[in-house]
Amino acid sequence: MTMIISHLFLQHYWWLIVSLLAGILVFLMFVQGGQTMIFSLPKSDIQKTMIINALGRKWEFTFTTLVTFGGAFFASFPLFYATSFGGAYWVWITILFSFIIQAVAYEFRSKPNNVFGQKTFDLFLIINGSLGPFLIGTAVATFFTGSQFSLNRFNQVQWATPYYGLEALLNIRNLALGFAVLFLARINGLLYIMNTVDDAELKTRSDKKLILNSIPFLLFFLFFVTSLLFSTGLTYDAVTGIVVTEKFKYFHNFVQMPTVSTLFLAGVVWVLYGIGITLFGKSTKGIWYSGAGTIITVFSLFLYAGFNQTSFYPSSFDLQSSLTIMNASSSLFTLKTMMYVSFIIPFVIGYIWYAWKAVNNTKITEEEMNMEGHKY
Amino acid sequence: MIENFDLSLVDWSRAQFALTAIYHWLFVPLTLGLSFIIAIMETIYVRTGKEEWKNITRFWMTLFGINFAIGIATGIILEFEFGTNWSNYSWFVGDIFGAPLAVEGILAFFLESTFVAVVFFGWNKVSKKFHLTSTWLVAIGATLSALWILVANAWMQHPVGMTFNPETARNEMVNFWAVLFNQVAVDKFLHTISSGFLLASMFVLGISSWFLLRKREEILAKRSILIAGVFGLLSSFLVAFTGDMSARTISKVQPLKFASMEALYEGKSNAGLIAAGILKDSKFKIGDKVVRDFAVKIEIPDLLSVMTGGDKDSYVQGISDHINGNTKLGILSVQEKIDRGHYAMNVLIDYKNSRMNNDTSKTENFKAVFRDKKFQDNYFRYFGYSSIHKPEDVVPDVTISFYSFHLMVILGFLFIMIFAMALYFLFKGTISVNRWFFWIPLISIPLTYVASELGWILTEVGRQPWIIQDLMPVSAAVSKINSGTVITTFILFGVLFTVLLISEISIMVRQIKMGTKH
Repeated sequence: MTMIISHLFLQHYWWLIVSLLAGILVFLMFVQGGQTMIFSLPKSDIQKTMIINALGRKWEFTFTTLVTFGGAFFASFPLFYATSFGGAYWVWITILFSFIIQAVAYEFRSKPNNVFGQKTFDLFLIINGSLGPFLIGTAVATFFTGSQFSLNRFNQVQWATPYYGLEALLNIRNLALGFAVLFLARINGLLYIMNTVDDAELKTRSDKKLILNSIPFLLFFLFFVTSLLFSTGLTYDAVTGIVVTEKFKYFHNFVQMPTVSTLFLAGVVWVLYGIGITLFGKSTKGIWYSGAGTIITVFSLFLYAGFNQTSFYPSSFDLQSSLTIMNASSSLFTLKTMMYVSFIIPFVIGYIWYAWKAVNNTKITEEEMNMEGHKY
Repeated sequence: MIENFDLSLVDWSRAQFALTAIYHWLFVPLTLGLSFIIAIMETIYVRTGKEEWKNITRFWMTLFGINFAIGIATGIILEFEFGTNWSNYSWFVGDIFGAPLAVEGILAFFLESTFVAVVFFGWNKVSKKFHLTSTWLVAIGATLSALWILVANAWMQHPVGMTFNPETARNEMVNFWAVLFNQVAVDKFLHTISSGFLLASMFVLGISSWFLLRKREEILAKRSILIAGVFGLLSSFLVAFTGDMSARTISKVQPLKFASMEALYEGKSNAGLIAAGILKDSKFKIGDKVVRDFAVKIEIPDLLSVMTGGDKDSYVQGISDHINGNTKLGILSVQEKIDRGHYAMNVLIDYKNSRMNNDTSKTENFKAVFRDKKFQDNYFRYFGYSSIHKPEDVVPDVTISFYSFHLMVILGFLFIMIFAMALYFLFKGTISVNRWFFWIPLISIPLTYVASELGWILTEVGRQPWIIQDLMPVSAAVSKINSGTVITTFILFGVLFTVLLISEISIMVRQIKMGTKH
């Protein structure tokens, strides 16, 4: 039996993969969220060292996922890559800038003769922790709120503002998602620290911070979701490719994709459950529920953005330049070739899980930090 | 399609990419080579159970860790700069270029980043064998990372396995294996990773020599010299062999790059190989470009003909053969290629116009033209020439190409001698007596970096003015942003990379001075 795989199927398949990577990336930004608290959470130097080492052993996963997310977008939807990166220049460059300084900060901060002192590299971690999630959240919000660009008939992008993406910061809905992602990263960071570091005092302090971060997260997230449900979106004709506006587009998506909506609600509930069992059940396993919830919620949001004939990168400057999974994708051949490569992903997740467990099999303690070995 | 872009925008965008690539390449080859050297050392530790080998492994692993982080940091920028600074290019080739990048992320980066955590933090947490396996997987992951990005770069030098789709105005992949096993990709991968092995071996050899000069860490130094000497000598032979392979391929697929790196203006039979030379301006010009001549040269008669064509009578093409054309050899002049490029561009524009006017019959006719093999082979392959204004614009910078190539080759032969001498002294048991020798590998560490960077300078400058050979010049590939924006980010990156490099060198020096007592 031969199965005919259509271009349309593969466009959806790759949007699913990109959405999944986005979900995993936002979960892994617990590293960034934790970084924002390296001064405010610990009370002693040893607590700070434990926190930084707990986060530092995972920074490469976040980094690699970001690179793979970019690579997968480039391979499967190159027109988005060309349009967004080439147009919203300042947003992406600032995000990248913050990730460069993170990569070296862990390795260099405690090394003797690092020239600039430990505080400088700690400051790098704070900058990356704050800017990374916030700007990525803001950039993703433009998938719903639109950007000001046009494409010529050869698909070359022209950005319509001289701010090259920074204008996204003037939109309150973009800011809301940016802050929601930042506070979610901080929540997951706290839950991860509680799960990984064996220190009773740190757990108590983390509990308090968890409440303080959960409230703004919920406010920003609910504001974004509510405004999304009432907002106008862009839809396209699958045959002609013509893009038109549709009132309550995302509400329609919510209703017309019940499976995705169930996933979305389940994701939100899991995040809340993770927070709840930590605060009220004194559990340290909240990160696994909150983490899974984060992945599912972000994954579903991306499906609302790209499925059901929705333009996933709307142009508020020239409607017909808006990007859809149909007009922005790679060819059938490339998507099919890439699909075969993607079959390896479960194996990759498997060995990541195995290695993760191997390194995290015991909690980080003061004694371990005082022992000889690779430390940040 | 191709408008007149602000030249300073193109220049600054090139400068920014070059800056990032040069900094990135300061760290990557050491990661590539050191990962294998560490894996070999740890294998010996696991097999013999001797603690000294564990200490040696951990010493080099510390240096590896410092270098690894900064290599990753500079690498992420390169990937995203394709989009931020070369967005037209990203669309034009994204269907082909994106795939290797994504495979790189899924297959290689995760392998590397997952197991590097085990390597650094797993000494007391996992079994010896699991740790050793992780170390080897990091080395394999690093090599695989190099493979995919080099496949993508090779495609830019010699585009294969694709067809142009006028509907989307881009190239689309039709043969993945042709892209992967492109001869340029094979040469480039082998040459690049072996040069990384060589550089790391010299790094280990040089630092070990420093310890012996200081009469410190003698066990670490002598054991490391043995590993680095053998690994380095084998690698340097591989570098020479693959370099030769690479040059032969370039002579076929990028003849203008080849002629420029040999500073060969007039093609000839019995062409001699210039072993070394100094260039000067001549009184001749090609268009507005001054022809460079030799002030001094050391030439080996006939050898270039023998190396490229297999016999001394074989004809080696010069720059003039391409500028003016050579009917005997079937080479079109650049002007002819420009005309054909314009023809291909006009067909595309006509296609787009008919599509816009909903003229179905015309649209189908033009589509058929793009499918026609004759059109593809005789016209579309010169598509990029429609953006070339003067024939001499297709000649890469001869001075940079010539010097970077020749200096790289001379240094390559010097490195072979150094590794051979180190092993000779070691096996004769006279290494401690010949203390003068220790200075040579120590001084040679920066030279290996110079040689490695020169290789990339030749590769990229020699491809100019193209971003994709014959299909797209850099001027057509650049993102339409204002040059002031790019100048600002160029300065930002320049300052940041320099600051980080200073910090890295300072930390490295300190860690080396601490020796195994870190």
